[in-house]
Amino acid sequence: MHIVVCTKHTPDSEAKMSVDEAGNVSWGESPLIINPWDEYAVEEALMLRDEHGGKVTVLTVGPEEALEALKHAIAMGCDEAIRVWDDGCAGSDTLATSYVLAKTVEKMGDVDLILFGKSAIDAETWQVGAAVAKRLGVPSLMYVIKIVELDPEGRTIGVERLLEEGRQVVSAPLPAVVGTTKGINEPRYTSFIGIRKAAKMEYPLWSLDDVGAEAGKVGPAGSGVRWPEVSAPPAREGEAEIIEAESVEEAASILVDKLMAEKVI
Amino acid sequence: MGNDIFVWVEQFDGQPAGVSFEAIGAARCLADELGGGVTACLFGGEGLDTMAQEAIAHGADKVLVAEDSTLADFRVEPYAALLAKVVRDAEPAAVLIGATFRGRELGPTLAVELDTGCIADCTALLLEDGQLMATRPIYAGKLLSKCFIPERRPQIVTIRVRAFPKPEPDSARSGEVVRVDPVLAEDDIPVKVTGFQETEGGVSLADANIIVSGGRGVAGPEGFEPVQELAQVLGAAMGASRAAVDAGWVAYEHQVGQTGKTVSPDLYVAAGISGAIQHQAGMRTSKVIVAINKDPEAPIFKLAHYGIVGDLFKVVPALTAALKEKLG
Repeated sequence: MHIVVCTKHTPDSEAKMSVDEAGNVSWGESPLIINPWDEYAVEEALMLRDEHGGKVTVLTVGPEEALEALKHAIAMGCDEAIRVWDDGCAGSDTLATSYVLAKTVEKMGDVDLILFGKSAIDAETWQVGAAVAKRLGVPSLMYVIKIVELDPEGRTIGVERLLEEGRQVVSAPLPAVVGTTKGINEPRYTSFIGIRKAAKMEYPLWSLDDVGAEAGKVGPAGSGVRWPEVSAPPAREGEAEIIEAESVEEAASILVDKLMAEKVI
Repeated sequence: MGNDIFVWVEQFDGQPAGVSFEAIGAARCLADELGGGVTACLFGGEGLDTMAQEAIAHGADKVLVAEDSTLADFRVEPYAALLAKVVRDAEPAAVLIGATFRGRELGPTLAVELDTGCIADCTALLLEDGQLMATRPIYAGKLLSKCFIPERRPQIVTIRVRAFPKPEPDSARSGEVVRVDPVLAEDDIPVKVTGFQETEGGVSLADANIIVSGGRGVAGPEGFEPVQELAQVLGAAMGASRAAVDAGWVAYEHQVGQTGKTVSPDLYVAAGISGAIQHQAGMRTSKVIVAINKDPEAPIFKLAHYGIVGDLFKVVPALTAALKEKLG
């Protein structure tokens, strides 16, 4: 089995985000980390490898800072890492990013399973996994909360995926793209040995030429969406009205009257 | 390229997703400004006629209905293939899709098929010189991003559930229902649906008008009983904070927040939830927020509209009792 996990780096989820007057986004002193959702994809890949054999390659499209995500995945136990970057990649939307990822997976050639986290906590588009599946012409299995069975010889996978009303149980042939979600596993912590391995490892850098991607299909030229303006949301006005009364029953009664007046119940 | 707006109408088991009518409402406003029409695309196994009329009542001029066994369960391959075909035929200005699990998979798949852009999870839409300008939250709502699709067409947009008003249905509206055929045959579709397990516990979080959530303060699985009782009296969905889910007190499907669901109900009751920024990311756009917490310094009181400082095991049952009395 060759499993590829696609990942990206994001500011820490605790980061205090701000925008300056020129529109530049800043996350202050917060560290860059592996996108937290991707840890579920890495964990699932490692468990599948340990059960079925083979290797796990972690892949990112990103500038040098993106190494943080690769290092974390290697420290968790992934075998190999590849970073794809070129100055032309800057300003890529999901349409362009999915193109580069798909070209890279095609370049690798022998991939059985491509795993993603549910979404990235920065831009939160939830789009790249399904878009890569479409580009590769392989099944898209998103929001997977359980891999029910994986048969590398029979070339099939069965999963439970989350929908609003419940869990859809589906099967599909390999290779396939699987988007994982929280609940599928409990991601492991990085080990001391893993961190040492990650620190010593060489991280190959592939260019657009290396993966056979056309320059006109990446960056702004290859993107559908532009995002010219980022701003801070307006602060909520006013303070909570704290309801105080002689007894809990009276406070509850006052609150219910207020909610009825608001016409929300 | 025309001035029409297409809307994908999502349905499960004969029930339309509420966000689809919200999308039709948004599409109606845009189409009126552009001088175009609204076309709803409704796919499923069978029995879609009533829903097609509902789509018209909510503002669609035309409904493209495809009923076929290959479309009975949502699968992105046959749905995207058919949607791409009808979009290519009509060349609308934009395609609106609800940002549900299904819609978030369908949107980018359609975008790749049509080699165009897809703006995800937008909360506001307006026209500037005939061009859609979308606003969407990023970094868990800590920032807002303005997006547009400058050249490629159609403009695909997924809209956040409950971010746009649902239009009042008008049964006197008339519209055209056109039958369309699926593009893919069963043999062309690699993904097979083998089962479905419905979520236990009634109302789904995404569509709920009211959500009652419990957090660390409920202190155990049995602590969710009064929370559940309050939810039942209100006809509400039950939510939970990450702390309660990670502790194993309730299933992940109930989690609200950055690593759970993003919700926007009319009323959100947070019981025993301190209100970490990650939780706020999932519920801050709720219309009215009520916080019940014994710690008056809990951050949730900064976000809430109404608060009661006290023990949730006393306050929540008192609320349930007061509601039973006043709502009959």
